[in-house]
Amino acid sequence: MAEAAVKQTPTDAMIATLDMPQGGWSDAARRDALARVQTMGLPGRRDEYWKYTRPDTLVQAQALPAALRDGDDTVLFDTVDRLKIVFVDGVFDAEASDDLSLDGITIERLADATSDLHWARDVYGVLENNGQNPVPRPLAALNTAFAADGVLIHVTGKPSKPVNIIYRRTSTTADAMLHNCIKLDAGAEMTLLENGPVAARFNGVLEVEVADKAAFHHVRAQGRDHEQRAATHIFTRLGAESTFKSFTLTANGVMTRNDCVIELTGDDANATVAGACVGDGGDFHHDDTVFITHDAVNCESRQVFKKVLRNGATGVFQGKILVKAGAQKTDGYQISQSLLLDEDSQFLAKPELEIYADDVACSHGSTSGAIDEDALFYLRSRGVPHGAATDLLTLAFLAEAVLEVEDEALREEVTARLASWLERHAA
Amino acid sequence: MLSIKGLKVKLEDEDKQILKGVDLEIEAGKVHAIMGPNGSGKSTLSYVLSGKDGYEVTGGSATLEGVDLLDMEPEDRAAAGLFLAFQYPVEIPGVGNMTFLRTAVNAQRKSRGEEEMTAAEFLKVVRARAKELKIDAEMLKRPVNVGFSGGEKKRNEILQMAMLEPKMCILDETDSGLDVDAMKLVAEGVNALRTEGRGFLVITHYQRLLDHIKPDVVHIMADGRIIKTGGPELALEVENNGYADILAEVA
Ligand SMILES: Nc1ncnc2c1ncn2[C@@H]1O[C@H](COP(=O)(O)OP(=O)(O)O)[C@@H](O)[C@H]1O
Ligand SMILES: [Mg+2]
Repeated sequence: MAEAAVKQTPTDAMIATLDMPQGGWSDAARRDALARVQTMGLPGRRDEYWKYTRPDTLVQAQALPAALRDGDDTVLFDTVDRLKIVFVDGVFDAEASDDLSLDGITIERLADATSDLHWARDVYGVLENNGQNPVPRPLAALNTAFAADGVLIHVTGKPSKPVNIIYRRTSTTADAMLHNCIKLDAGAEMTLLENGPVAARFNGVLEVEVADKAAFHHVRAQGRDHEQRAATHIFTRLGAESTFKSFTLTANGVMTRNDCVIELTGDDANATVAGACVGDGGDFHHDDTVFITHDAVNCESRQVFKKVLRNGATGVFQGKILVKAGAQKTDGYQISQSLLLDEDSQFLAKPELEIYADDVACSHGSTSGAIDEDALFYLRSRGVPHGAATDLLTLAFLAEAVLEVEDEALREEVTARLASWLERHAA
Repeated sequence: MLSIKGLKVKLEDEDKQILKGVDLEIEAGKVHAIMGPNGSGKSTLSYVLSGKDGYEVTGGSATLEGVDLLDMEPEDRAAAGLFLAFQYPVEIPGVGNMTFLRTAVNAQRKSRGEEEMTAAEFLKVVRARAKELKIDAEMLKRPVNVGFSGGEKKRNEILQMAMLEPKMCILDETDSGLDVDAMKLVAEGVNALRTEGRGFLVITHYQRLLDHIKPDVVHIMADGRIIKTGGPELALEVENNGYADILAEVA
């Protein structure tokens, strides 16, 4: 019990700094989440689920400041026709955003959606709460309780263009919590793009309800500010014959923990979560934590994570596939690989399978390796300089994850961003 | 063109001398062949010339048009005009053959202060050259050498050579693993590149490649040395009698 007493303190300290929005449809969910986070306590160093990642800077009451990044300001997804929603220091900026109306989709700001009856009532905090079992994710519950801003997106059809949430920073100290909810009706489809640094410290939750035969595509780039910290969570539930595809690009940031919790509840559904991460320096720490539950027949899930680590950077992968009894004909694929560009960098991986059905094909693999010297020499012998040859091989290593982005234009933008990062971070 | 004098090479990590004093002078416009039993040091010579790690030069020199090769990075040797067609071409998953070729061509041009080729220009040239070597468009799109048959890999080496237009070409057992038709194709590719300004060193241990690529000079290498040098007839002698006679004669 002594441990619980120690853990309560940071949780209370954190809660004391936060204001809960009052009233309206989300009120009950927020109060419930507050009670849950008080019971769970924020993660501590001794939590098994935080074995490889120190939660300290994510749970301390005061966020550490993070310098703004200067340098090239190319905007990702600029070549794509999209509906832009802009947040500055974690606050919606109507001026900078496009008109939010688009056929087939309804977009509202969380802070403005105050009516008593709202579709989001069935999603907000609901998927997050589902995802607390069997492993608690207290930072997500904290977010449900206190997030004051975010977007609510109801997809009823097939909007003509992607929705792009763009995050910008102007403050070195902003500590932001955003909660986004998306509901795709049966047969609906959307692409969500997210890019840019949210805040010095960011706690994000994205809940996505994907109804039967609906399809959700997600491409996210987490901003390139070196000192930023982020704990993000995706919770999704998939209906029959639906598709969920999420890809995350992480370049820089001292501390990133990305949780993704996927529940396949309808037959013949298909979920992919992938990530490409590039990190440079002993301060860089990046953690992908995935939990996929197969609870229906003939579903497929893919986890494809690639990390390039240099100069003492650390990468973590925790990925679990849980196949429930009756989830026959499950096809689960998981791969996590790191390319260590020097001996100081490290990759810690914990792949897990837990299977209660007998007609199942699941595979997982995790590797850490260096640049292939034979390939490097082959390229150099053709006149490609050492640096460019290394970059070419590094991009090739990342390509398997990037290939999970279905749209070619988006894939090219992601690849170009990775290539320019590699150029700036020459070996 | 290529001048090798008293070249001695040992393994970096092991106390094993592989080249024990190699002398070789290859003039522009000429084709030299090196033949020799397995393990005599032929591939080592080609690797040391092109700058592979793992070898230590313990004596002698190697220059290309008077420029010391042994001090240069592999990419600089390539830009200076040296090319090695590998005995075992390397597979590189994730790197498209086209991207690879274009990156290589433009990197060399850039380092020589020449203008880079545009994508359109490059495509035109590569298609024409690939066609001559019966390399189809599909193969160009695939990752470098991945899933290529032995013959496809060797043809891909010659395609690279044709695109890079080196001054000095070293071919290490380019005939191994090729059937007669594939060998003819490769030989035609090589012969098409024979010009006054270009030197060739063809490493092989069969005479049959030399039926198609007619050498001016043939050297026999054994145990890290060139033990005999002669005209094309030397290759025939090896074909008919094997290496035993020559080895005995020298010993
Ligand atoms: N990297 C290496 N490590 C260990 N032994 C090597 C290495 N490279 C060459 N050798 C040895 O050096 C000798 C010459 O090899 P090689 O140059 O490949 O001969 P060839 O090409 O004439 O068959 C052989 O005994 C071979 O085993
Ligand atoms: Mg050899």
